[in-house]
Amino acid sequence: MSNTPLLQVRNLHTSFFTDAGEVRAVNGISYNLDAGRVLGIVGESGSGKSVSAYSVMRILTDTGRVTEGEVLFKGEDILKYSPQQMQKFRGSRISIIFQDPMTCLNPTFSIGSQLREAIRIHTDRNREQVQARALEMLQLVGVNEPEKRLKQYPHELSGGMRQRVMIAMALACEPDILIADEPTTALDVTIQAQILELMQSLQKKMGMAIIMITHDLGVIADMCDEIIVMYGGKVCERGTADEIFYNPRHEYTKGLIRSIPRITEKHEKLVPIAGSPVDLLNLPKGCAFASRCDHAMKICLEQQPEEVWVNDCHIAACWNNVRQMMQEEKDGENA
Amino acid sequence: MELTERKQKERQLLWTTAIAIAVFAVGWFTLPVLSERILLGVVLVLIAGALFFTNDTGRYICKRILLALLTVFIIAAITFFTMNAIPGGPFSKEKAPSAAVQAVLEERFHLNEPVGKQFLLYLEGLMQGNFGISTKTGREISTTIFESFGISAKLGGYAALLAVCLGVVLGSIAALNRAKAADRVIIFFTTLFVAVPSFIMATMLLLVFCLQLNWFPIFSTENQSYVLPVVALMLSPMSYITRLTKTSMLDVLGQDYIRTARAKGVKQWLVIFKHALRNALIPVITYVGPMTAYILTGSMVVESVFTTGGLGTKFVQGITNRDYPMIMGTTIFLATLMVTATLLSDLVYKIVDPRIDFD
Repeated sequence: MSNTPLLQVRNLHTSFFTDAGEVRAVNGISYNLDAGRVLGIVGESGSGKSVSAYSVMRILTDTGRVTEGEVLFKGEDILKYSPQQMQKFRGSRISIIFQDPMTCLNPTFSIGSQLREAIRIHTDRNREQVQARALEMLQLVGVNEPEKRLKQYPHELSGGMRQRVMIAMALACEPDILIADEPTTALDVTIQAQILELMQSLQKKMGMAIIMITHDLGVIADMCDEIIVMYGGKVCERGTADEIFYNPRHEYTKGLIRSIPRITEKHEKLVPIAGSPVDLLNLPKGCAFASRCDHAMKICLEQQPEEVWVNDCHIAACWNNVRQMMQEEKDGENA
Repeated sequence: MELTERKQKERQLLWTTAIAIAVFAVGWFTLPVLSERILLGVVLVLIAGALFFTNDTGRYICKRILLALLTVFIIAAITFFTMNAIPGGPFSKEKAPSAAVQAVLEERFHLNEPVGKQFLLYLEGLMQGNFGISTKTGREISTTIFESFGISAKLGGYAALLAVCLGVVLGSIAALNRAKAADRVIIFFTTLFVAVPSFIMATMLLLVFCLQLNWFPIFSTENQSYVLPVVALMLSPMSYITRLTKTSMLDVLGQDYIRTARAKGVKQWLVIFKHALRNALIPVITYVGPMTAYILTGSMVVESVFTTGGLGTKFVQGITNRDYPMIMGTTIFLATLMVTATLLSDLVYKIVDPRIDFD
């Protein structure tokens, strides 16, 4: 433990308190993120991946609250920060970009004014320096005619351009971590690739760590150092990208990978994961995925699986792994 | 392609200028009075502007002013003919003057002419800035309007200003304290004030604060206290603006760009007053324009309950007296005010919301 990770999330629980009851969106996830690394968080809608990120930034809606856990940034628990401390922290140390660039920029302010605001909040540059920095950021994210763009309003830009502006805004104060919450979901496919490439190249240039949230494993496979697969607000599998992709050890991950369309196999039908996402109002006693799992056993319904090391760089929370290990042990004894 | 288009446009511009100059020249010799000539010139310039201004906003303003002139003209025409269609006239009273006197009076106010001719004569006077004189008092209509509008404008100006300021603040407070005590209290009272008609509100205020509590004097020429009339005039629009602001604010606070602003590290109060309020005010502005005109022109009810007098009162008196020039004068004045207010609020709209495109 000589050098602490940049960001440590420990046993994070987040709930939304609604009229219908407590919606337990995140149920104890933990991860570490080192400086300059890329972490992927994968899961379907409602798996708690975005909520876990918003919990880290403390930008949950009024009804949402972190009920348990710690978020340590360079060893300091930011969940204990005062609102003023938090306000200085957001955007300067950790930034976030969102899913839908069409609605994420304020329609009544020009691009320049929104970009300059982000720079002005966290630095004490003077007017010309702020303007110069805004221009520099737009150039960095590959926006054409940056001088003109600064004067334009969000509705005059395309979706891809707006996402570039969002990235420029997020990176303007050189944060240590950039959280990208499904940054390409709302964009069309050709633009998706451009934005991902841009993020990769910016990461190389600026060296920040990235938390990449997505429901699309294929999108982030070659970008991430480590991947976390989430289901029902819990981590079901984690490991290096290669391990998750080529050696999935959780039934949910396997299902996710099966559902990615492949060009190489003609006439192959896509295999969706049957059933619907888990009800976060009434979480099951056992494994959250059990009701949709083809290989569910009795114990899956009754007891929550613990995270088990599959190998040096791969952890999965699935009873099937435990069974398999016990089987192997038995075989070993018999032999 | 672009070149020929530009050439075409230039040719159009040339032709229109030529026609405009021709029309103006003919007008110059046929119209004897200077004010009429100026009016014609202004209209021609506006038409040219509406067609050829390169600036979208400039073109839009020209178009809107032309339309406004047309609107006021149509309102004047409708009022004039309906007014004349109602049986009776300014001088048909129980105690009718002698036939000879009546004939002189009718001659003087052109009442012996056919209605169409009367209208043309009225328009001619109007274009020379002449609203005529009252059939009742014999005073210049323009002087009367000016005097009484002074009172209405003072009353209405305060009321409109207060309604907007208080309404926006209260609405924001309600939205930010959603479902808490402050919100409940504000919404209860604003619902009440929207529902209670102004004549009841005015009477109640007068009863309670003037007669029972003696906090404010009753309005008279020596003791002009505008507090109660302003409150009576303001409550209902203020309540409406409060409710409008609350709904719109709640909607805006749930938008993604508010989350973006918070994520950037913008201070909480700036998120609300800079990022949220500007967007939340867009629907409010649409209401404020016509509301201001409505309040400025005076509520006849409030004016008469508090006996402050004002344009509203003059308007109603004009109708009961069959004072034709008075009716026309006040109607045209009110219509102009209303049209101007709507135009102004549309322009403010454009400033606040850059997505609005005038073309």
